[in-house]
Amino acid sequence: MWRKGLVIFSLILLLLVLPSIAQLKGKIEIFSWWTAGGEAEGLQALFDIFHKKYPDVEIINATVAGGAGANAKAVLKTRMLGGDPPDTFQVHAGHELIDTWVKTGFMEPITFIYKQEGWTKVMPKGILDIVSYNGEYWSVPVNIHRANVLWYNKKIFNENNLLPPKTFDEFFKVAEALKEKGIIPLALGTKDGWEAAHVFETVLIGKLGAEGYKGLWDGRTKWSDPRVTDALETFKKMLTYVNPDHSARTWDEACALLVEGKAAMNIMGDWAVGYFLAKGFNDFGWYSAPNNADIFDALSDSFGLPKGVKNRENVIAFLKILGSKEGQEAFNIKKGSIPARTDVDASKFPAYQQATMKYWQTYKIVPSVMHGAAASEGWVTEFKDVISLFVVRPDVKTTQKALVNIAVKQGVKQ
Amino acid sequence: MKKVNKEKIVPILFLLPSVILIAIFVYGFIAWTGVVSLVNWNNVFPDYTFVGLKNYIELFGNYRFQISIKNLFVFTILFITSSLIIGLFLAILLDRKIKGENIFRNIYLFPMAISFVVTGVVWRWLLNPGTGGAGGSVGINMLLDKIGLSFLKSGWYTDPRIGIKAVVIAAVWQMSGYVMAMYLAGIRGIPTELFEAAQVDGASTWGVYRFIVLPLLRPITLGAIIVLGHISLKIFDLVFAMTGSGAGFSCDVPALFMYDTTFRGNYFSQGASIAIILLISVAVLIIPYLRYSLRSEVKR
Repeated sequence: MWRKGLVIFSLILLLLVLPSIAQLKGKIEIFSWWTAGGEAEGLQALFDIFHKKYPDVEIINATVAGGAGANAKAVLKTRMLGGDPPDTFQVHAGHELIDTWVKTGFMEPITFIYKQEGWTKVMPKGILDIVSYNGEYWSVPVNIHRANVLWYNKKIFNENNLLPPKTFDEFFKVAEALKEKGIIPLALGTKDGWEAAHVFETVLIGKLGAEGYKGLWDGRTKWSDPRVTDALETFKKMLTYVNPDHSARTWDEACALLVEGKAAMNIMGDWAVGYFLAKGFNDFGWYSAPNNADIFDALSDSFGLPKGVKNRENVIAFLKILGSKEGQEAFNIKKGSIPARTDVDASKFPAYQQATMKYWQTYKIVPSVMHGAAASEGWVTEFKDVISLFVVRPDVKTTQKALVNIAVKQGVKQ
Repeated sequence: MKKVNKEKIVPILFLLPSVILIAIFVYGFIAWTGVVSLVNWNNVFPDYTFVGLKNYIELFGNYRFQISIKNLFVFTILFITSSLIIGLFLAILLDRKIKGENIFRNIYLFPMAISFVVTGVVWRWLLNPGTGGAGGSVGINMLLDKIGLSFLKSGWYTDPRIGIKAVVIAAVWQMSGYVMAMYLAGIRGIPTELFEAAQVDGASTWGVYRFIVLPLLRPITLGAIIVLGHISLKIFDLVFAMTGSGAGFSCDVPALFMYDTTFRGNYFSQGASIAIILLISVAVLIIPYLRYSLRSEVKR
């Protein structure tokens, strides 16, 4: 009799133990600023994959709205410093990840996941470099975005017999023609403070070229360079062609002007695609921002493993999905970005992304400053403030002096 | 002997928990902010090297701080005077014992019950100038178009020359009802004999207000200035929701700059020094008032 009882008892025990071996349990809190159309859907696609694999893990979607993560980063910092890190969080690969979180000792290296999953073979060196520090990998890049894209409303360009501008001269010619027709040439939204600096970043690239622009952040190019003066003068002229209510609009509300057919062009990163498609707008065309041909101004969203998180195993499982082919495809199709992996099936992607995948492999790659890849957060914040002021008080001399001073303060000799 | 002790100890015991909590979470953290403002914590990771007043000196040389202090000054002056004038005017109107007084009083008071964030978002839409041109107007500008007052249209907060003054409109909309309630209570508190005596003496209505009502309302005005003043000096949520720092920082206020420099730029010590400057400016406003009201209580 007791034998039978023992068998039943051990069977019950086995039943209890089995699922906990096969399945993860508990919760995972995922922190990001993906709330707008396109990005939120991409995040959901990732959650769906995770949920299918680990149905017993409850996903807590901790999002804080605001483009470029302006508000999310504040919430994140108070939580990290207060010893309550989210299980994993969105962070721009590059200086934002390394300077803010890795050098200060808040993260755990995840080189072991890279080795287990073989990611070092499927991700290009350009991206592996910016997520590594001291010989270890620190985060999983989910996507690659291109920041220096000029978007245009095809219908407006066709109706007015215009071609998308390739150079600054062409840009001003097109803008003048559009202005005469009563169409806003360049849609801009500056409410969150970073958007103007984003456009200026592409102007800097256009005037200095890939190497000259990269040099600005490590001292090889001086901020007092006459080409920077030229960039400021050009940006000043561009600002005369923007919508008057730019300070009332966020980046997506500026894209809305393109969708509504009120504005003809917009310089924004390619997350705009996600927004256009989410609004059911397909009549957009794209070209490199003026004089940016053959240059890929890149940024990447990534997720890492903070020290001392509550659900470490779940995070590792989630990071593995982020880096997997399936995860990268599902996410990037929705978000409008391209996968960091080079071995995904390009034919599944819409036209824009297919083209960008090619650019990613052939263009010169430069890191975006406004999106955390090129410089530390302190530098980025002051850079953004100086350019915000420039939008209203376009004083080239003072602004250039201020830019020089910031570089000096950040320890880059001028 | 024993009984006296108990009477003394029991109230102290009751007060102790809240006193300890306030000591830690209010005064303790104020002191901590003061300490942080004197060190070199200008990255995410704390660095407690003492640097004296360096953060303050850098701050006063910062163009964005200068703009935001100027904006705060303009905002405070305009916000307090307009709220007081509109509040007093509404109170006098309501005091005429009109029909449906309760309804009107509630209508004027309701905005106060709304969070500044909601007010900010709604006024951001209302005062959004739109893209201009034919059919490009929205919100207040569209209303002005419809009633034939197009010449009054403006860029509101998107126009750097207006900037923070547009935010004043939203703030006054929210707080003038509260001032009205204070004044109304004050007017109702004035003994009717005084009015009757004045009428017997042949005073005009204007005279009654000028020589009886206004002087007797002085303590209420002072109270209202204190309440509005400290709201105004600390203003953050309304500006944050409505405009952000605005075109060329034309809507920027120190609290917003504090948030930006601390959490976006990781300049924690600089943020702490802004907090201390704000604390001092609120203290300058409130301490004389506290001393005044404590003294008048003692007199009574």
